[in-house]
Amino acid sequence: MSTHALPSLPPLPDSAVVLGAAAADWRSALGVAGSALVASGAATSAYGRAMVDMVEEHGPYIVISPGLALAHARPGDDVHRDGLVVVTLAEPVSFGHPYNDPVTVVLGLAVAAIGAHLDMIAALANVFNDASVTPRLAAASTVDEVRAIMGVEAA
Amino acid sequence: MKIVTICGAGIGSSGILKVNAERALSKLGLEADVVAADVASVREVAEDAQVILTSEEFVATIGTTYADVIVIRNHFDQQEITDAVERALG
Repeated sequence: MSTHALPSLPPLPDSAVVLGAAAADWRSALGVAGSALVASGAATSAYGRAMVDMVEEHGPYIVISPGLALAHARPGDDVHRDGLVVVTLAEPVSFGHPYNDPVTVVLGLAVAAIGAHLDMIAALANVFNDASVTPRLAAASTVDEVRAIMGVEAA
Repeated sequence: MKIVTICGAGIGSSGILKVNAERALSKLGLEADVVAADVASVREVAEDAQVILTSEEFVATIGTTYADVIVIRNHFDQQEITDAVERALG
């Protein structure tokens, strides 16, 4: 489907994409991303809780660009393999970020090992350095559309 | 020269900053090592750095340093990051 597939982004199976999730607050939004990482086989539910802990500890810095949160925790026993999930929110959610609120798209990232993950990070930059990507993801109505925007395959 | 990018775990947002700072250096024709690190290790990692790129949330914890601490608002804005690197090192 995409001619510019980026092999260093993990595939996005259907279980790794949640469209129009209802989330009352940022914890609930991260909870949806954590559950998708479990459903897609990348991480345990403890990893999802650790993603919330990162924000509890350090604040809403994970909202790294307008409307977009990049949620993740540290590599470790709770990560089965590299994984990425995409969650779009039915209603924008405030994370308390000074510049980039409200959030419409949450990415959940599981990293198996430090070092090798930089290929994945560079591939994310290739996609999201285009400022139109977050609003296009937020407006996507099918999982195939999300995969096309991200330039990734289902498996 | 050395640039350190800082976030909570040294993986995600600091990784994005590292990648985009390296692209900025290449665009500007400048050379520097760019190291991503978690805020807990900023003292040792940034000891010999000229520039720290980070989010507003970490500025207080980073505290006083010899390096210029620059807040990046949009980690995916290559222009914002290129301007910051140019101001600091150019």
